[in-house]
Amino acid sequence: MSSMSSMPVGRMEPESSRGGSATIGKAVKIAGQIFSREDLYVDGDVEGTIELMDHKLTVGPNGKVHAGVKAREVVALGAIQGNVEASERIEIRKDAKLVGDIKTARIVIEDGAYFKGSIDIVKSEPKVAASQPRPQPAAAPVPAPMAAVAGVSDAKR
Amino acid sequence: MGLLSERLKSLLRGPRSPVETGPPANGGSRVLRPGQAEADRRQSRGLDQFFSSFRDQAGLSILDLGGACQDNVNFITSLGHKFYSEDFLRIFQETFGEDVADQSNPGRIHYFLRRSLEYPDDQFDGVLAWDALEYMEPALLAATADRLWRILKPKGYLLAIFHSAERKQVVPCYSFRIQDVRTLQVSRHGERAASQQLFNNRSLEKLFQKFESVKFFLTRDSLREVIVRK
Repeated sequence: MSSMSSMPVGRMEPESSRGGSATIGKAVKIAGQIFSREDLYVDGDVEGTIELMDHKLTVGPNGKVHAGVKAREVVALGAIQGNVEASERIEIRKDAKLVGDIKTARIVIEDGAYFKGSIDIVKSEPKVAASQPRPQPAAAPVPAPMAAVAGVSDAKR
Repeated sequence: MGLLSERLKSLLRGPRSPVETGPPANGGSRVLRPGQAEADRRQSRGLDQFFSSFRDQAGLSILDLGGACQDNVNFITSLGHKFYSEDFLRIFQETFGEDVADQSNPGRIHYFLRRSLEYPDDQFDGVLAWDALEYMEPALLAATADRLWRILKPKGYLLAIFHSAERKQVVPCYSFRIQDVRTLQVSRHGERAASQQLFNNRSLEKLFQKFESVKFFLTRDSLREVIVRK
């Protein structure tokens, strides 16, 4: 059996049919406003604003974002300069650099990441259609491992 | 000089392997894996005092000069406070490198403070300086203490830690992770050239003379925790 035929059918569907992500490659530079209804991967330069209200922004290791960002989830592996609002969570990975103020429900900061700015943990709005009840905020701090998460909503962990 | 240079650079490299370590607090020996820094959990009366000052309050602004650290973000935000982060020693290293003389240059001092502590007056309820002040020469140290006084709110608190009152060429570098209101995990990662400044009670009182009060907690291993109130 070949490796292709062993892949799940869903993996072979075109990106668009499964709500895939758009990509800004590392040789691309954009100045202006970006609105997206799908996930976005930025490995190039973006200056302006980025809004992906219900979607995920990933700034790749070569990415340089000089912009205000609003998204459901943000993962930074490269550089972000600007304020970030991530309604669900933000991850700042080991070699990432983020300069700006963050508003989010949960945050992960890996050792080695550079962060200058403020962090405001805000409760994410409960979704009406959610079938499972969301856990209550932690009443007391607990010693956290390196990849632990600060915040109030922990449903996906 | 070459040795000092290497030691200075070790700060930015972070944990190195294997780490040269002294005996842990319990007196036992410890084998470190590659990439692992020596870490000890220790009680901190200074930390306890710092957070006792903010008991039953939420929504305060707390500045951590130790750089981004998950444990500290978790702890401070779980208390309902807003967390501010500055990687103070990284900026210090980028600005001055090994040039001790530059730390007396008013222009360079101004540039450094603009990069690292450019905040409005009376912005913070508390500042966790950890051991960031220990590596500075007197002129820069005095200017930094003055800036910290300005950015603290009246009745705000600052926690600083100094490792020894003895004059040394190099002192160890540590990172401080809050485990609970009175427990720190202290990880050693290399060494740094020590300041010419001596940090005994008298010199620290002089350094923080603009503040309303200065309180010391001396631990068994000569760690001097200092709480100052504006």
